[in-house]
Amino acid sequence: MVYVKLFLAFLKIGAFSFGGGYAMLPLIEQEIVYINNWLSAYEFVDIIAISQMSPGPIAINAATFVGFKHLDVLGAVVATIGVVLVSFLLVTSLAQILLKYYKSPVVNGVFTGLRPAVIGLMAAACVSLFRTSVEDFKSLIICIAVLVIIHKTRTHPILIILLSGIMGIVVYTI
Amino acid sequence: MNIYLKLFVIFFRVGAFTFGGGYAMIPIIQKEIVENTELISEKEFLDLIVVCQSLPGALAVNTSTFIGYKIAGVLGAFIALIGTVLPSLVFIILIAIFYNRISDIKEIQLFFKGVRPAIVSLIFISVLKLGKNMRRSNFNIIIGLAAFFAITFLNIHPIVVVVFCGTAGYIYVKRRQKHYGVR
Repeated sequence: MVYVKLFLAFLKIGAFSFGGGYAMLPLIEQEIVYINNWLSAYEFVDIIAISQMSPGPIAINAATFVGFKHLDVLGAVVATIGVVLVSFLLVTSLAQILLKYYKSPVVNGVFTGLRPAVIGLMAAACVSLFRTSVEDFKSLIICIAVLVIIHKTRTHPILIILLSGIMGIVVYTI
Repeated sequence: MNIYLKLFVIFFRVGAFTFGGGYAMIPIIQKEIVENTELISEKEFLDLIVVCQSLPGALAVNTSTFIGYKIAGVLGAFIALIGTVLPSLVFIILIAIFYNRISDIKEIQLFFKGVRPAIVSLIFISVLKLGKNMRRSNFNIIIGLAAFFAITFLNIHPIVVVVFCGTAGYIYVKRRQKHYGVR
């Protein structure tokens, strides 16, 4: 059943993504773009852009968007429940214990491995999105221009997005 | 005010007014919960963030659920969760409706064509920042590169990568402890 499939995909995303934010992207991308074909690679990048400009964590936004696109409001709700369920269960059952033992060698060991992995995951997301997004000389120019702007001015991401969108309109119409 | 209603209002506000993903929410939650209401102490909050970062899933979701749980039990956790998620659920559904209608307009398509490469740059900068703050030990470099190559060039599923790196970290710390004789 489609709802079950949607639910399970987002349950997986909620259960196995560590590090939050951009580090979740490879798993979300794998599940919704490559395995289930719920979004195109372009739509996936657009969702990240929309998430930057709208309230809420990206995992929730992706779940809602994908669920709604394919199965309307009920789909959005089902996917969102899927992505938060494991968090909810873990927090209400395990968190108090973890609060006491998070300095234990086992937890410490696992996170010694996960911390650098998170950077690798984000770098992988970056390369994958680069392949989708930078397809001609003009988009490469925008990519580099934005890098320079962020590096020099620390402009807020929302402004960066608006600015790059305007660059897109200008660069592709002239 | 009823504690449940209060939790809902606080987290709804956090969910509705923090733009730019989960990490942007943490300072707002801190301000609302620690500074404004003093429901949780500063130290408790910091410990709680560390634990929430070590749990899977969205950080903001973990944090608000945990705070709700600490203040008012399972029901409190549930209400804090609903409060956090509801604004983005509603907002994104509206955007999804809008997106389908406007995605045929040429200017909108060009707008997103411009935004896509910028997203790459935003993520690239975050990678650099994180990389700068991480200690350049052999272990960190090997695991970071291995995770990157496994996903980018070998198409290994990210879940496998996460499980593998966690296990590697555990074994590494254990062996190092044995080597130095610390327990």
